[in-house]
Amino acid sequence: MAYALQLLINGVTLGMIYGLIAVGYTMVYGIIGMINFAHGDVFMIGAFIGLIVLTALTGITSIPLAIAAAFIVAAVLSGVYGFSIERVAYRPLRGSFRLAPLISAIGMSIVLENYVQVTQGALDRAIPPLLPGGVAVMRQHGFVVQLSFMQVAIVVVTLAVLAVFTWIVTKTPLGRAMRAVEQDAKMAALLGIDTNTTISLTFVTGAALAAVAGVMFLLYYGVIGFYIGFNAGIKAFTAAVLGGIGSLPGAVLGGLLIGLIEAFWSGYGPLAYKDAAVYSILAIVLMFLPSGLLGRHEVEKV
Amino acid sequence: MHKLLLGTAAVLAMSAGAAQAQVKIGVAGPLTGPNAAFGVQLKTGADLAVSDINKAGGVLGQQIKAFIVDDACDPKQAVTAANALVSDGVVMVDGHFCSASTIPASKVYTENGILEISPSSTNPAYTDHGSAYTFRVCGRDDQQGAVGAEYIAKHFKGDKVAVLDDNSTYGKGIADQVRLNLKKLGVTVTYNASYTAGDKDYSALVSRMKAQGIGVVYMGGYYSDMGLIMREGAAAGFHPQYVSEDGAMTSSLWQISGPAAEGMLMTFPPPAEKDAAAAKVVAELNALHEDPSGYVLYSYATVQIWAEAAKKAGTTNPAKVAAELKKGGPWQSVLGPVSFDSKGDVVNAAYAIYKWHNGQYAVYALKP
Repeated sequence: MAYALQLLINGVTLGMIYGLIAVGYTMVYGIIGMINFAHGDVFMIGAFIGLIVLTALTGITSIPLAIAAAFIVAAVLSGVYGFSIERVAYRPLRGSFRLAPLISAIGMSIVLENYVQVTQGALDRAIPPLLPGGVAVMRQHGFVVQLSFMQVAIVVVTLAVLAVFTWIVTKTPLGRAMRAVEQDAKMAALLGIDTNTTISLTFVTGAALAAVAGVMFLLYYGVIGFYIGFNAGIKAFTAAVLGGIGSLPGAVLGGLLIGLIEAFWSGYGPLAYKDAAVYSILAIVLMFLPSGLLGRHEVEKV
Repeated sequence: MHKLLLGTAAVLAMSAGAAQAQVKIGVAGPLTGPNAAFGVQLKTGADLAVSDINKAGGVLGQQIKAFIVDDACDPKQAVTAANALVSDGVVMVDGHFCSASTIPASKVYTENGILEISPSSTNPAYTDHGSAYTFRVCGRDDQQGAVGAEYIAKHFKGDKVAVLDDNSTYGKGIADQVRLNLKKLGVTVTYNASYTAGDKDYSALVSRMKAQGIGVVYMGGYYSDMGLIMREGAAAGFHPQYVSEDGAMTSSLWQISGPAAEGMLMTFPPPAEKDAAAAKVVAELNALHEDPSGYVLYSYATVQIWAEAAKKAGTTNPAKVAAELKKGGPWQSVLGPVSFDSKGDVVNAAYAIYKWHNGQYAVYALKP
């Protein structure tokens, strides 16, 4: 019981990070129907910007202030990256055949990875634990369930960011424009919505969310490298597909599920098959629910 | 016209002469990726050896030129890197670092008749294939694993033991040797697991070991993952005795783990940098502000021993140097005298126990 609770805590923390990245995938897919494979690398860029800010500010300001600054700077600068990536790599190909932006996205991913490797070095970079300690939630048969302050912080930050994001999508003019473009870009344009700006802002928002996830990843694990975007990106993409690509609550649900599957599988099953378990469950879900858990069926318009 | 031809011929003859006075060697290791700290150790040692030998007149009157390639410890990239070195025309390769790279690359070198001397790959399969061209200046996992297991059996009686590996050729190879030797010594392993190298979330692994009351954790793999496992363990209130191997032998481990690695034990050959034979080279490294520990001296010794064997054989022809390496020893090197057996393994490789304390590691015991 205590052990399962510990696994639950670990799984939810991991799932929150996956969920935040997955939202970016699902948004872009919803609005222009392409998989942005460079999204995982934007997450990595966010983590590195956070690292640079934290290293620069450590010792100058208090730690909570440095962490807040890392989140804000990373989100803003990654937003700029998201904007530029869309302008440079995807917009010129928007009218092209379906595979073109996909290939361009893979190219962008390689460019970003190599760019960080060259400018930041190939070695893993680490920061000391900035928010150490935690509380013992429960004791049973000598096993202490540990809830670290960092885990609490991750869950709180993720929920706060998702709340703001949901508010943007459901209550603001920008969110309305996003939903309109998602439903029918041509019709939205005819009704006076600037689709180009809306798409750009979607990329900016998605990148900012990924950056927040990147900084949390950095703070939680403490070690990052130029290659972390690939793995995290693939997991988050899986989360988006599992939840139903195009569905925002689905992305968060998918992320949580993948985090929990990973935690419980490694807690009870053979650790080496952790990733195999995640992808097998994805395959099984897609067999019965081809559009994911919360995805809508694509209606073929005649 | 006649003069011009003569001039051209003279220039050609000169450039041919210059090309002949140069012997090419390769240096291959992980310069990028999670194990890049080791690639840097390899390169530092090789660079210094080449410059020292060249200053002293080179090998058989030829200056050594080193070609450095990056294999990122990836088997596929290692084969590509090996082919690149083959086309560069090298006669000897100092490398590779990870067993997972060294073994596939050795097939390329053997096919092309090029000598491969690994400063660090300890997986037995590397020299067990029976190639005449493969050597190593370090020990083997069946030696290193036995020492690790013996230490655990002797000093941590009654503790529950977990043996982890990273599923790499090297990590799994040595962990399996430890498992085998622990069994021989009558120690039951409570928990066996393989994690995925490069993973960042080890919270479940740590919780599982904590729930089982594990007291000793043996890890086979490389420093990035080990550092992170210990760090996440400390955050979750799990503080066992960690025991590991030469993949933890770099200050980069502590940068990742922080104080969580306090007291961690590792097996590694006895300190070469304290050896009298190494004093001059260690002084040179200190002058360059390079750390002489880890595999730096092993890489230096690789180039040094090859150069000595080539001089004794009177040729840089790889097949002849390989034969000379096996029969002409012991070779004087910065590691002390080194002899090779018929497989290309070091005769009488010894292992000592090292301990991490306060961000640095030092010899803790010379025998288990």
